[in-house]
Amino acid sequence: MRTLFKFHGGVHPPGNKAQSTQQPTAVAPIPAKLVIPFRQHAGEAAKPVVQVGDHVLKGQLIGEPAGFISSAIHAPTSGTITAIDIQPVAHPSGLPDLCATLIPDGRDEWVERKPTDYRTLPADELRHLLRMSGIVGLGGAVFPSDVKLRPLRDHPNKDIGTLILNGAECEPWITCDDMLMRERAAEIVQGAEMLRSMLGSREVLIGIEDNKPEAIAAMRLAVADSGLPFEVVAVPTIYPGGSAKQLIRVLTGLEVPSGKLPTDIGVQCFNVATVYSAWRAVAHGEPLISRVVTVTGNVARPRNYEALIGTPLTDLIALGEPLPDTDGYIMGGPMMGTPLPSTSVPLVKAGNCIIAGSKKLFPPPPPALPCIRCTRCAQACPADLQPMDLYWFSQSKNFGQAQAFSLFDCIECGACSYVCPSHIPLVQYFRFSKSEIRMREQEKQAADRARERHEYREFRIEREKQEKAERLAAKEKAAAAAKPVEPPVVATNPDAAPENTAQMKIQAAIEHAKEQAAAIKPKNTENLSAEQLAEIAEIEARRARIRETAKSDVEPPKE
Amino acid sequence: MLEALLVMSLIALALGAVLGYSAIKFRVEGNPLADKVDALLPQTQCGQCGYPGCRPYADAIVSGEADINLCPPGGEEGIQKLADLLGVEFKPFGAGAEPKPKAVAFIDENTCIGCTLCLQACPVDAIMGAAKQMHTIIASECTGCELCVAPCPVDCISMVTISENVENWKWKYPVYALKSVPPETTSRTPV
Repeated sequence: MRTLFKFHGGVHPPGNKAQSTQQPTAVAPIPAKLVIPFRQHAGEAAKPVVQVGDHVLKGQLIGEPAGFISSAIHAPTSGTITAIDIQPVAHPSGLPDLCATLIPDGRDEWVERKPTDYRTLPADELRHLLRMSGIVGLGGAVFPSDVKLRPLRDHPNKDIGTLILNGAECEPWITCDDMLMRERAAEIVQGAEMLRSMLGSREVLIGIEDNKPEAIAAMRLAVADSGLPFEVVAVPTIYPGGSAKQLIRVLTGLEVPSGKLPTDIGVQCFNVATVYSAWRAVAHGEPLISRVVTVTGNVARPRNYEALIGTPLTDLIALGEPLPDTDGYIMGGPMMGTPLPSTSVPLVKAGNCIIAGSKKLFPPPPPALPCIRCTRCAQACPADLQPMDLYWFSQSKNFGQAQAFSLFDCIECGACSYVCPSHIPLVQYFRFSKSEIRMREQEKQAADRARERHEYREFRIEREKQEKAERLAAKEKAAAAAKPVEPPVVATNPDAAPENTAQMKIQAAIEHAKEQAAAIKPKNTENLSAEQLAEIAEIEARRARIRETAKSDVEPPKE
Repeated sequence: MLEALLVMSLIALALGAVLGYSAIKFRVEGNPLADKVDALLPQTQCGQCGYPGCRPYADAIVSGEADINLCPPGGEEGIQKLADLLGVEFKPFGAGAEPKPKAVAFIDENTCIGCTLCLQACPVDAIMGAAKQMHTIIASECTGCELCVAPCPVDCISMVTISENVENWKWKYPVYALKSVPPETTSRTPV
């Protein structure tokens, strides 16, 4: 029996998981229209590689990764791309983003799939395969998995001794990972072995909260069947036990230091759904085009569905048959999820759960009252922070001080807001501060870059000036050096003063110009008609007249 | 008496030597305060302050020549930071110097004649092009200073305001709409 550790704080919100686990996962029907956002992962948005009017097959690449932290996007079914434009998406801001619209042809015809044996591929090719298959963390952060599998930048030789599979699923209501582990445990275990071999880990721990006995049993069975030395560990149910850092703490007793990554202490953590889709991508050649999503809350038929990415949420909600008093929807869990501005947005890779809300299920929070510094938030904080101080600094926009109190170690789990007797939306303040600090850092970097470019430009202009002066000097020098070859004018006139030589130069230049003028003959003087000749003669006469009058009449005014 | 004088003058000489040596050895190039001021300025190099760039403005602030409220791109927050650094009072913007929303220049490539005048005006070399070749703005490096707009002989440069999108969106400061409650629910009968 493994000794388990504890992390600080945590809360026990009601689970509400039983509702959606009564029935097995169903496959959601292909909708009439799919809208696939190009930004479904952390990092840079994918770059569209299809055009409007193209016919695409199921699993065909439609957006390629652009940048180091980026991932690919694929067509979830076969059909025609009818638009690539800005459409509403499930973003907390409610702002629209670039999406491809796909009208399915109903044949659901696969692109050619290339199942691979991961043992025959080197790790870097496997990582590329995962990147091009659009595998990202399905636990919520949607961070590209290939980046998490890279060798450590700072210590390339240090190995990652422990691989942790995160099946904790600590948020209330959500059961998609639970159902996946119950139904597809064997493939998760295979995927874990693949990732283990890529990382070179010695130990694989699968952490599942003890409120999911069926999932624990299924995973234990699958591990026993595979004969692999993995350990399925039942961890105590406490929110946010499914956060990577907290799960690592519970399983290994190690704490990820502030500002560091789990890999810095030799641990890497993947969500079970990520591992499953990574296995599908390599062993079956199927990119990430669908996911299991929980439809629950104030609905008549709560259930998990395997739905295509890009399915309009309206279609998924309709499957659950929302009750008449439903007044809003949450994407994600009730603790960390965001309220949906509209249900017309599509399902994305991060979409693990849709909860229909009503006044009875989620009563509106009472108005926030002043902080009384009861420190209940500090007792609940799993990251060992002092939310009451962070709140104080955030609401007064004292960002430097907030950072000094480790604001960026906040995992935005919402435990502090949950326990706050004054109902202060603490996490909202922390999110505001974090994004403000990030924006300021970006602006600072842009300013530094602008300063550098400006200084370089001034340096360049100065250098060009200098180079020009040098070139002129060199030219003059060369001219002076070339002079003695000609009969020197100065030498013939020994008492010529410097101004005389200058005058001579001018004189010589005038002579030269006259010679040149004489040498050039006027063009178009041959083959002229009589009228043209007459016209020329007239013009010449007028010019002569003007010259005459100019000489005689117009005297420069003396006074 | 003589000894005392000797000792005092020796000490004075020694200290003087130390001071003289450190004045040469630890000499600071440039004005460190001007560097600090320059670091707070937004580096748009727009010249709206009346100085040919951010650094000259920083120097002018430090020498007491210029006020701290002449930089519209820095915003009121910029004035606040300068005031904090220099220990002076906050001063609001003068009339006609209010900050504008952030923008980047855009060249209408159908109209551009390739005259290179904007290239010469850009303080951060954010315009690409050559004589009689089409020019274009490197949007990521453009500081929105508008210095390229005036020299264009065919008026093909416009300033495009950067609108809020998913990439530059920020979480907002939490605000609550106070709901007006109908009077009948609030009025309580005195007990």
